[in-house]
Amino acid sequence: MKKLFGLILFMGLGVLIILALNNTISFPKFGSVDLSDRVADAYLDNDNVSEVGSANIVTAIVVGYRGFDTLGEVTVLFISALGVAFLFSFKKEKRLDLKFKPNFMLKHGSKLLFGIMLVVSLYIITHGHLTPGGGFPGGAIIASGVLLLYLADDKFRSNIKGFKVLEGVAGSLFVIIGLLGLILATSFLENFIASGTVGQLLSAGIIPIIYVLIGLKVGSEIASVVDNFLTEEESA
Amino acid sequence: MLWFDIISGIVGGLMLILAFLAINSKKLINSVLLLSGLSMLAVVAFVMLKAPDVAITEAVIGSGLVTSLFVFTLLSTRKEAKK
Repeated sequence: MKKLFGLILFMGLGVLIILALNNTISFPKFGSVDLSDRVADAYLDNDNVSEVGSANIVTAIVVGYRGFDTLGEVTVLFISALGVAFLFSFKKEKRLDLKFKPNFMLKHGSKLLFGIMLVVSLYIITHGHLTPGGGFPGGAIIASGVLLLYLADDKFRSNIKGFKVLEGVAGSLFVIIGLLGLILATSFLENFIASGTVGQLLSAGIIPIIYVLIGLKVGSEIASVVDNFLTEEESA
Repeated sequence: MLWFDIISGIVGGLMLILAFLAINSKKLINSVLLLSGLSMLAVVAFVMLKAPDVAITEAVIGSGLVTSLFVFTLLSTRKEAKK
């Protein structure tokens, strides 16, 4: 009986989803949307480039036009990191033991690789308004580097307090820049610095500043989640 | 346009095969590695659909961070005998 009920519910939901996505007003047929009556047309218009000043259209939308949504996204990540830290907080912590013994080459090679990963991530973060990438992938690369150090060295323990301070400072500066837009211009997170020449590294007003802050915040958040996963309670 | 269709068909078919193998493989470590290969093919698909931003994020998170976390978890858990 339970299984039959589940099957009926499943089929009903499937039919509902297909009907909802099949050529209605909010979900037209694939490829037949008229962009001129949507807001995306203004975002993609070549005349509006100087308004934001970002050569990368995705960054222009994510940070320039929809900065408030990005603030919400970062907040979601912060809450998940907070939840993990709440679950895995112990009075006496020690690092999780590895099942294998890392040798000399692994230990020192991983440190070399960590430097390269850090440089790549900094490049991706600072060029977020010119090339694909930006704060979120760059921050994830920093966190992957920290995870690499944890996996390759059985004595390594990162400075987790420093990560927490960095995360707090970056998040607060993001909000402060948004409030400065409210004071110096008209609305929250408005681009109050002149956007400059499109395509230069120092252009696009507050977008590179915000993306550097997002990169630092995401990197330190995921790194602290990794540290939380790789520590355990010390049995006295 | 014809080549685009052929290559996207191959990539999509390989993704389906890899996903099926990842579900059905006996060893968990093989499953994790097949999932990593699936993410790598997803990166190719995203680049072909002209979404390089999503491709970079997928490459970092899907085949980097998640795979290493899975491998580390598998290394630190042990197999328990069937009761």
